Amino acid sequence: MAEEVKLFKTWSTPFGLRVVWALKLKGIQYDAIDEDLSNKSALLLQYNPVYKKVPVLVHNGKPISESLVILEYIDETWKQNPILPQDPLEKARERFWAKFNDEKLLPSIWGVFTKEGKEREEAIADSLENLQFVEEELTGKKFFGGEKIGLADLVFGWLAYLICVFEEVTGLKIIDERFPLLLAWIQEFSELPIIKDNFPPHDKLIIRYQAFYEKYHPAK
Amino acid sequence: MAESDVKVKVLGSWSSPFVMRTMIALNIKSVNYEYLEERLWEGKSELLLKSNPVHKKIPVLIHGDKPICESLIIVQYIDEVWSSTPSILPSDPHERAAARFWAAYLDEKWFPSMRTISIAQGEDAKKAAIAQLEEGLVLLEEAFGKCSKGKPFFGGDQIGYLDIAFGCFLGWLRVTEKISGINLLGEAKTPALLKWAHRFCSDASVKDVMPETEKLAEFGKMIMAKMRGAAPPKS
Repeated sequence: MAEEVKLFKTWSTPFGLRVVWALKLKGIQYDAIDEDLSNKSALLLQYNPVYKKVPVLVHNGKPISESLVILEYIDETWKQNPILPQDPLEKARERFWAKFNDEKLLPSIWGVFTKEGKEREEAIADSLENLQFVEEELTGKKFFGGEKIGLADLVFGWLAYLICVFEEVTGLKIIDERFPLLLAWIQEFSELPIIKDNFPPHDKLIIRYQAFYEKYHPAK
Repeated sequence: MAESDVKVKVLGSWSSPFVMRTMIALNIKSVNYEYLEERLWEGKSELLLKSNPVHKKIPVLIHGDKPICESLIIVQYIDEVWSSTPSILPSDPHERAAARFWAAYLDEKWFPSMRTISIAQGEDAKKAAIAQLEEGLVLLEEAFGKCSKGKPFFGGDQIGYLDIAFGCFLGWLRVTEKISGINLLGEAKTPALLKWAHRFCSDASVKDVMPETEKLAEFGKMIMAKMRGAAPPKS
């Protein structure tokens, strides 16, 4: 039976990109459907009625939503090039850091981008604390997954191409020389062909985030 | 060394639904463990701060000398280490994805609405939070139909991942019903869940770790009083 894999995403969503990377790593053929979130397709709403968000993976007609759930589904369904290790403790560690990115690191850095004044200072302090935890996790490792990339690398992967965009738009240095391991990881990760070949275009991202920034910081 | 020879500890708090998940999972697998109660209002223990330096939260499972944090990650770890039956996660990848999806929904959307009710300022905010809870329960009633396929639990014949993820909130759900005077889990809109809740709470792996609603309600009142006495929350 021919396998049918579809991925609903947008050109810019980092949550969709982590799924793209996983599919490419495993050599899975899929159809990409790029959504316009201001005008969501009927199919997207049908496949993800609870959140109405991207990404959604549809495998042989059955939808899976939520990027971390999708990544685990992909790893369990297509066994080549695993993104999670076999050892339960190492698996727990990958899941822990994936969750940390989504619940702590990413929101704190987004806070630096969107907030002003005292709230921004608090977001900066939170980000620095969160980045320090991530930095320590990289001790003695090339990737979060060890010698090869794994779940946590894919989930932290947005740092490799979006932090420079945030820094350019805000004029702030978010990951500086206090985080040498993280900077080294960004280099290594970005050199992998599967990763960099799928980075969204930098200039398009600058335009997009410049527009966001102006929205959050209207000129007075 | 056999798994049974390695010490298992749980750092927890009797009122935490997240800690309950850990204990239910260990009970399902018939794993002996030492339970260490954290008296969170008196300050966090050295062991907690050492075992969970990132979040400083309970539950923490300590297996031998290795700490594992985050309740749903702990439950999956338990299922994978003590891999003999009964299984906690379903075996089919689609069913696993559904169980994980709903567990994440509970933690990210549904339970936070419940917490909002107790700190909600004004009737409108309270009503909105209750509406969210009710809407979520209707979605979960539907999910129960799909996941259980006519069997007693989300996991089928036995308690599984989603049963654990959801069932741990039943104590606080009952407290919320008491305080708000609203019947949230009821015959009218959630008949299947109502029956499931009874079965869940009576299960051997649950009944000794589910706190009494009265005790939880008292505890809830005490926390709210302390929170009102403390500085006003950042908006």
